[in-house]
Amino acid sequence: MDTRSTVTWKIGGEAGYGIISSGTMLARSCTRLGYHIFVTNEYPSLIRGGHNIVTVKISSSPFHALDEDLHILVALNKETLELHKDELLPGAVVVFDPKDTDGSELKTRDVALCPVPFFEITKSFNGEPVMRNTVALGATVAFLGLPAETLLEVIKDQFEHKGSEVMAHNQEIARAGYDYVISKYSTVTFAKLKTTQKSEDQLIINGSEVFGVAAVRAGLKFAAIYPMTPINAIISFLADHAKSLGIVYKQPEDEIAGINMALGASLAGVRSMVATSGGGFALMTEGLSLAGMLELPVVVDLGMRVGPATGMPTWTEQGELQFAIHSGQGEFPKIVLAPGNARQIFSCVVEAFHLADKFQIPVIVLTDKYMNESQWCVPKSVFSGDIVIDRGKMVHALDLGKEIFKRYDLSVPDGVSPRSIPGMKGGQFFANSYEHDEIGYVTEEPAVREKMAQKRLLKFQSIQKVVRPPDVYGDPKSEIALTCFGSTVGAVLDALESVQYIVSGKSVKLLHFTWCFPFPTESVTELLSDVKTIIDIEQNGTSQLASLIREYTGIACTHKITRFSGRPFTPKTVLEAVIQNL
Amino acid sequence: MDETKKIVSTEEFKTHILPTWCPGCGDFGIWTSLKSALSGLSIGSDDALLIYGIGCHGNMYSWMKTYGFTGLHGRTLPVAQGVKVSNHELPVIAIAGDGDCLGEGGNHLIHAAKRNPDITLILHDNQVYGLTTGQASPTAKVGFKTKSTPEGVTDEPINPLTLALTAGATFIARGFAGDIPGLTKLMQEAILHKGFSIVDVLQPCVSFDKIHTYQWYRQRLYSLEKEGYVPDNKIEAFKRALEWEEKIPFGVFYKEDRMTSEERESALASGPLIKSPVGVKDVEALLCEFI
Repeated sequence: MDTRSTVTWKIGGEAGYGIISSGTMLARSCTRLGYHIFVTNEYPSLIRGGHNIVTVKISSSPFHALDEDLHILVALNKETLELHKDELLPGAVVVFDPKDTDGSELKTRDVALCPVPFFEITKSFNGEPVMRNTVALGATVAFLGLPAETLLEVIKDQFEHKGSEVMAHNQEIARAGYDYVISKYSTVTFAKLKTTQKSEDQLIINGSEVFGVAAVRAGLKFAAIYPMTPINAIISFLADHAKSLGIVYKQPEDEIAGINMALGASLAGVRSMVATSGGGFALMTEGLSLAGMLELPVVVDLGMRVGPATGMPTWTEQGELQFAIHSGQGEFPKIVLAPGNARQIFSCVVEAFHLADKFQIPVIVLTDKYMNESQWCVPKSVFSGDIVIDRGKMVHALDLGKEIFKRYDLSVPDGVSPRSIPGMKGGQFFANSYEHDEIGYVTEEPAVREKMAQKRLLKFQSIQKVVRPPDVYGDPKSEIALTCFGSTVGAVLDALESVQYIVSGKSVKLLHFTWCFPFPTESVTELLSDVKTIIDIEQNGTSQLASLIREYTGIACTHKITRFSGRPFTPKTVLEAVIQNL
Repeated sequence: MDETKKIVSTEEFKTHILPTWCPGCGDFGIWTSLKSALSGLSIGSDDALLIYGIGCHGNMYSWMKTYGFTGLHGRTLPVAQGVKVSNHELPVIAIAGDGDCLGEGGNHLIHAAKRNPDITLILHDNQVYGLTTGQASPTAKVGFKTKSTPEGVTDEPINPLTLALTAGATFIARGFAGDIPGLTKLMQEAILHKGFSIVDVLQPCVSFDKIHTYQWYRQRLYSLEKEGYVPDNKIEAFKRALEWEEKIPFGVFYKEDRMTSEERESALASGPLIKSPVGVKDVEALLCEFI
């Protein structure tokens, strides 16, 4: 029997039918068996009935992005078949309830129509209609050729807290779905997965949860976050764990209050953060500028979504790179990072807290809807290593009280002066939004103003010493380079790996920026100066990274691929666009 | 007062800068009262954090040596709450103006009152924006002619006391910048109160308001305490807070004991956040939730 190493599965139906949790449970079953997975959800708010979709890609080896072609489509309503029929691969398995449709909309296509009476099976076990997704899960596992036992175990873990009866009931229904497919569709082998070996425990975790885990591991103690898509999962994570981790999450009245609360906490001496999307970040910019002036560390999770204004709130985009870099009135140093996947979110967030303290500045971590709300699989060890927490320059209590404490000491060579914490004896100073002298007293003297502004701007030079170059994939000597930042990297990497970094007979390398600002001018100049063809790939309409590259290196990208439909790039769309441009 | 408490002289708060307020400004009375209040409570210059808004009132930090924070116009209360939740042993006092706290920052006042953090707000209430040379503030009374209302204010004024009452503040008082001993006492009561306390301080603006002078206020002010008023009833407090023009009450309007926002945080039960262990103790347990 033929088996495949990768399968893409999609389930669709009305909101409220447990679609999202089906995705998670399928993913858990697969990772427990050693497969690699990626789960993404789409909930287009404009389609009547609140149509929800979850897509799970399952593979026996690691991968970077979702594919657009489906091996299995599970339709919990008729609409799902109509909306997603064009994504089906020839031979794909289509599972639906004969009660909803006879599948005639797909009659002319080369697919395996597999009606499964979700509703009837659920009913025969006295289940609620909402449990149809559990039948579908059992059926899915059978089509994938995976053991039912693993799914039953996952169901046990999922429903155990609701009591043994609920748990057993769900298991029974899932088992019935599984048995139905085994007895009825033994010849449908299109979506059977190759067996694999489990090496290590893998977490199933969405990007916002990774942000939360990284933040608390880095010593976060206070977060003030106003709800906004696509960062709501970090609120749930922090609020759910506040008690056990001994941290405080506050829901502020608006994003302006959020950033000001976080700055208050930072001044008081704890690591703090905010999270928001473009609109909320617009409200935070005055506070961000205040952080620059007061030289206070703070970390911002800027989860990008489709703009301008309210845009398409539940869809993805990378439109805030230049906004983040230029946010806030006046000139002050800041750092902008842009992780591309779950591992990089973890490392960038830990780094962000470190850098914020080290340079006493705001650090913005750009995330987006796609990475925040998608579930990634990551080996547990990636998040469990030791983390050294260094709070940067703090004044020692013993050094205080001899003379007046100069919080904004101008004599420091790197622009970073030691901080005191309110309450320390003899450490009084003014955190002053007005231009100030070394203690914090207001000043309008031109000489002091210039020195203090220079001190702040000196941090740009200090930061240059730790700026990270872009990650380079492929042969560094290639004469064709692709450039991208943030989550676009997944689709680009899968595209390039599928052709072994050779496109139209030519070797191609990729520069992926996880550190965007201050710009790594030196390394990028070196990496791009001999490159004849540079193809920039971004999920926005104005190629913002390409502008940044031009601004700092003088090098112009020769081709620009953009996408701003709200849908993420797929490996196929990237490869086609690159080929077209060569 | 506890006899073992240290002696704090008001001299401790002195800086090398002399006040730049207009001669006769109500801010002098508020500043003097605040210094006496702190010294009376043995709160020294490194024992508390004073958070100022932007406006004439906010310039006080230059001649008031303590840990100080002068942030953005209107944003004193969010900063104060962030500090307090991180170090609830630190006295935190927000010093704000009526334009600052009721205009730009009105929403923050409502939500601070609702949450009941253990912080004190001293509201400089003079009906004008002095620093921008005399426009109407949100508390300006109907008919008041200012640079932004040459025909006189037409909108209803915001009443900070009734607003604080409905929003849920647990200590609501009004003082007068011309009555330093009375104002000192009110400030001390407010600072000692566990929960969100607001002291609305009526103050004449000698440069931009020729109507509401010291004399104008003195002719109308009366003490709630002397009348035997008991500040334990919201409806009664509301009635008193609405009095204006003929008779203007001062003193404590309303007071109640309610759990503070810090007391509701389980993470703070064993001590301030700044002193708690840093990082995740049981990484294994945290990560296992995701398997």
